[in-house]
Amino acid sequence: MHLTVNGKNTVIADKESLSIPGLLDELNVEDPLYVTVELNGDIMERINFDNIVVRDGDEIEFLYFMGGGRG
Amino acid sequence: MLTEEQIERYQRHIALKEVGGKGQRKLLDGRVLIIGAGGLGAPAALYLAAAGVGTIGLVDADTVDLTNLQRQVIHFTPDIGKAKVISAREKMAAINPGIEVNTYEEWAHAGNIMGIIIGYDFVIDGTDNFAAKFLINDACVLAGIPYSHAGILRFDGQTITVKPGESACYRCIFPGPPPKDAIPTCSQTGVIGVLPGVLGIIQATEAIKFLLGKGELLTGRMLIYNALEMDFNEVRINRDPKCPICGETPSILELKDEVDAVTHCDLGKK
Ligand SMILES: [Zn+2]
Repeated sequence: MHLTVNGKNTVIADKESLSIPGLLDELNVEDPLYVTVELNGDIMERINFDNIVVRDGDEIEFLYFMGGGRG
Repeated sequence: MLTEEQIERYQRHIALKEVGGKGQRKLLDGRVLIIGAGGLGAPAALYLAAAGVGTIGLVDADTVDLTNLQRQVIHFTPDIGKAKVISAREKMAAINPGIEVNTYEEWAHAGNIMGIIIGYDFVIDGTDNFAAKFLINDACVLAGIPYSHAGILRFDGQTITVKPGESACYRCIFPGPPPKDAIPTCSQTGVIGVLPGVLGIIQATEAIKFLLGKGELLTGRMLIYNALEMDFNEVRINRDPKCPICGETPSILELKDEVDAVTHCDLGKK
C-alpha cells in the first residue's frame, strides 16, 4: 500500500492494511510507546491503537516528544 | 508618539505597511515573557530587544557554562559563571537601551509561574524539559495567555503557537509528559548549534506578529523542521475535545508540577 508519512510518499510492500502498532513496527518508528500518531488529520487515542486500521492512501503523521531548548 | 531616535532606529519597521509607526508603537507597548534564557531564548531575546518590544521578561535560574556557548548566542565567553538572565539583559540593553528587561532568576514552577506570567501579552517557551513545557502550557491555558512552544533535539525541531480556548494546546498533542528519562535530552544526544537559532527566531516572529495583530499565527498546526534534510513539514493539529486542560471536561483545574518528568538538560554535566 501507498501511504503519506510525515509528508513523504511511503510504500509498504506486500501489505494492504496494518494496525497502528504494526505500522510503528514496520517503519521502525523511534520511541513507539510515546509517539503521537495522527491519521488523516485526527490524533489517534493510544488505547485504540490496536483497533485502528491504516489503509492505502492514508496520511499519517508521527509527532515526537522534543524536550530541548534552554540547556 | 515616537521620538526622533526611535523613528530612525525602527525606520525599516516603519517602512513596512504592516508595521508603520502605529505597529512600532504596539511593539514598544508590548510585553513578552521568555522562559529559559538558553538556546531558544537567546536568539528570541536578541531579536525582540532589537525589534523594540518594550518590556521583555527573562526567567532562568541557571548560570552560563562553557558548553552553552556553542548555541546560546546571547552569552559570551567572559560571561561564564554569570547568571544567564543578567548576561542576557546586558546584551539586550546594549542592543537597545530603550527597552525594559525584567529578570526572574528562578526556575518556573507551579507555585510561582502564575505570578510571573500574569501581565505579559505573550509567552515564549524556551525551556528544555517536559515538566516546564507542560507547566507553561497549563499556566498559559489557565491564564488565557497565548504562547509559543518549541522543542529541539539533535537536528530536529518543532514549534506551535497556542491561543488558549481557540487553537490546540500542547496537551491536545501530548496529553501528558513521557516518563522520566524515556526521551533523550540534548546533553545526552547533542544538538546542532544553529537549530535553536531557527526555532527561537520563529518563536520571536510569532510574538511580534501577535503584538502587531498581523498575519497568520502558527496556530492549529505544528511546524516540524529537520536541519539535516532541510525539510519543513507542517502538521494540522485540531483541538482535542478530550484534552485534559483545554477540552470539554478538563481534568486539570489547577497547576501542578509534573515531578516525574523533570530532567534538565544540564543535570548530567554538573
Ligand atoms: Zn488542549
